[in-house]
Amino acid sequence: MAAPYDLNDDSVVVIIGTGAGGGTLANELAQKGVDVVSLEAGARHNPEDFVNDEWASFGQLAWTDARTTSGSWRVAKDFSGLPAWIVKSVGGTTQHWAGASLRFQDHEFRIRTEYGDVPGANLLDWPITLADLEPYYDKAEKKLGVTQTHGMPALPGNNNYKIFEKGAKALGYKNVHTGRMAINSVDRDGRPACQQTGFCFQGCKWGAKWSAGYVEIPQGEATGKLEVREQCMALQVQHDDSGKVTGVLYADKDGNQQFQKARVVCVAGNSFESPRLLLNSATSMFPDGLANSSGQVGRNYMRHMTGSVYAVFDKPVRMWRGTTMAGIITDESRHDPSRGFVGGYELETLSIGLPFMAAFLNPGAWGREFTAAMDGYENMAGMWIVGEDMPQESNRVTLHPDIKDQHGQPVPNVHFDDHPNDIAMRNHAYKQGMAIYDAVGATQTYPTPPYPSTHNLGTNRMSEKARDGVVNKNGQSHDIANLFISDGSQFTTGAAENPTLTIVTLAIRQADYIAEQMSQGAL
Amino acid sequence: MTQQPRPRHMTRRQLLSSGTAVGAVLVAGPGYLMHTGEAWASELAHLQPGTFATLVQMARDVYPHDRLADRYYAIAMKAHDTADAKALIEEGVATLNSMAVSGGNPSYVETGWEADRVALLKQIEGTPFFGAVRGSLVVGLYNQPELWPEFGYEGESYSKGGYIARGFDDIDWL
Repeated sequence: MAAPYDLNDDSVVVIIGTGAGGGTLANELAQKGVDVVSLEAGARHNPEDFVNDEWASFGQLAWTDARTTSGSWRVAKDFSGLPAWIVKSVGGTTQHWAGASLRFQDHEFRIRTEYGDVPGANLLDWPITLADLEPYYDKAEKKLGVTQTHGMPALPGNNNYKIFEKGAKALGYKNVHTGRMAINSVDRDGRPACQQTGFCFQGCKWGAKWSAGYVEIPQGEATGKLEVREQCMALQVQHDDSGKVTGVLYADKDGNQQFQKARVVCVAGNSFESPRLLLNSATSMFPDGLANSSGQVGRNYMRHMTGSVYAVFDKPVRMWRGTTMAGIITDESRHDPSRGFVGGYELETLSIGLPFMAAFLNPGAWGREFTAAMDGYENMAGMWIVGEDMPQESNRVTLHPDIKDQHGQPVPNVHFDDHPNDIAMRNHAYKQGMAIYDAVGATQTYPTPPYPSTHNLGTNRMSEKARDGVVNKNGQSHDIANLFISDGSQFTTGAAENPTLTIVTLAIRQADYIAEQMSQGAL
Repeated sequence: MTQQPRPRHMTRRQLLSSGTAVGAVLVAGPGYLMHTGEAWASELAHLQPGTFATLVQMARDVYPHDRLADRYYAIAMKAHDTADAKALIEEGVATLNSMAVSGGNPSYVETGWEADRVALLKQIEGTPFFGAVRGSLVVGLYNQPELWPEFGYEGESYSKGGYIARGFDDIDWL
């Protein structure tokens, strides 16, 4: 059914990446009758291929191509070659994500106005508002089957959630529930309800969790308007003398270089690979890389302020049973500078298995303090902290001057320093997280440092004015009309919420815009 | 322009020198982690038996779990019984033993108290030898399904239908 397109067919839209942004966009455009070629660096992995085994799954799905790190963030010390825990597969990181699907708050679209001038931060208001996105958020929630929206029932709470909820209520938190999750709470869309298996991060073997890989892409292929080329790594977006992009040079699964012509190119390779591709596409006409007249390509890298709190109790919890992210407290997501920082954060339950607990609880630690914590594993509960971090120009993705990848392209270096606001927020969240567990009788609590980043945002940001960012309110590059950014790298700021729902929402909206512009002959 | 190295993935040295656990399993492969042979000491291909015994004691001192038999540590340490690792390991163990001797003990293994052995390990914490041992151990020890029951961890659950009918919400002490 999948349509094969000729390399010389210059009428196609080429989309790089098949994750939350690229995979959604591909399906949405195909549904409208637009011809789409999707280039995906990874292979296809369907639910039957996934494994309930953390390290084996990591080997199957994780993006482990060479990357380097710098800056004062702890990830650069603990996981210097792995700045992000993201996925190379058809479906991208939606294979791995937990499923939390939260709308951004109104004020989070205009934090330069709301927060004022935060020293050291490069704040900017989005060129769009919550009201602009609301109809698209509705579409995205219906597409993903998000629980507690549009009539989808809530998921049941597991053991980890019950502890979390009781502690939250003891502290006086009002807004605690089992979340808005893109995990079926009832059979829907040809996929079963959640079976409380755990291993959400390893790919849902039931297909109960929405993934672009086994939901959007097959739907798009069924139209006959989408061809997905797997294990094809984009190397360069090329342009003509007029400055319009003409297609994409890529390495196919055998390592041979191919050039696919295109009418429009949409880049959705996540916030390292998307700016890297633009930078690697530099020419004499665009010496600083494509779409980079502002100098903002690769800058303002955000990863969310994160951390975890694990706690041990005197009786078993078995937190790994059931949904990995099984509940949320939203009370702290408000903007309330009286806490000593701007912006807010969410608290969300999380569990990881014994093998990953060993790797992530306190990387590098050893000795009896560490093993005492591991001995408490069965009696452990856990939560993840996700909050708004400050965009900083110096937090950025650049091309490594020496190290090249298997295709001969410079690898990305990821530089990150925590902003003082990030640190103040993290410390506040650690304190609250530990208090939640103490209120339920924890015997030990562990403020656990951030993992390699899963929320990578901002490196091709959206701006009203061309001088402030890379793309306009439609994700269209300010400099080149037929070049779009379609992933989380277009986020102007990160908000406190998990980003996937907003990435999907922007992709649905962008599909409308691209199809309309094509039909008008503007693209 | 000088030709630069073009690693397909992070190299083993990059991984271990950075002390990172992630990826060690990719380099070593998951196969060795499944090894459950009991006669580990006699199976050595490259390391001296005394060296390996020291390595096992060191592994136990790095991640001490008194309920775990030596074989779990030995299985994890087998990853270092390679031609590539031999020099680093033999040299590291020799250094550890000479430090023990300087402290008035016959050897590292024969240093009686864990606290005294840990004091020696603290002194070499920043070395590539220590980083290699700890970095592989944090994956190679805790990724053995055979020891998961010791921690209550139940592992794979899909084949059993998940926990929807097997206690995902069975907590009764709250």
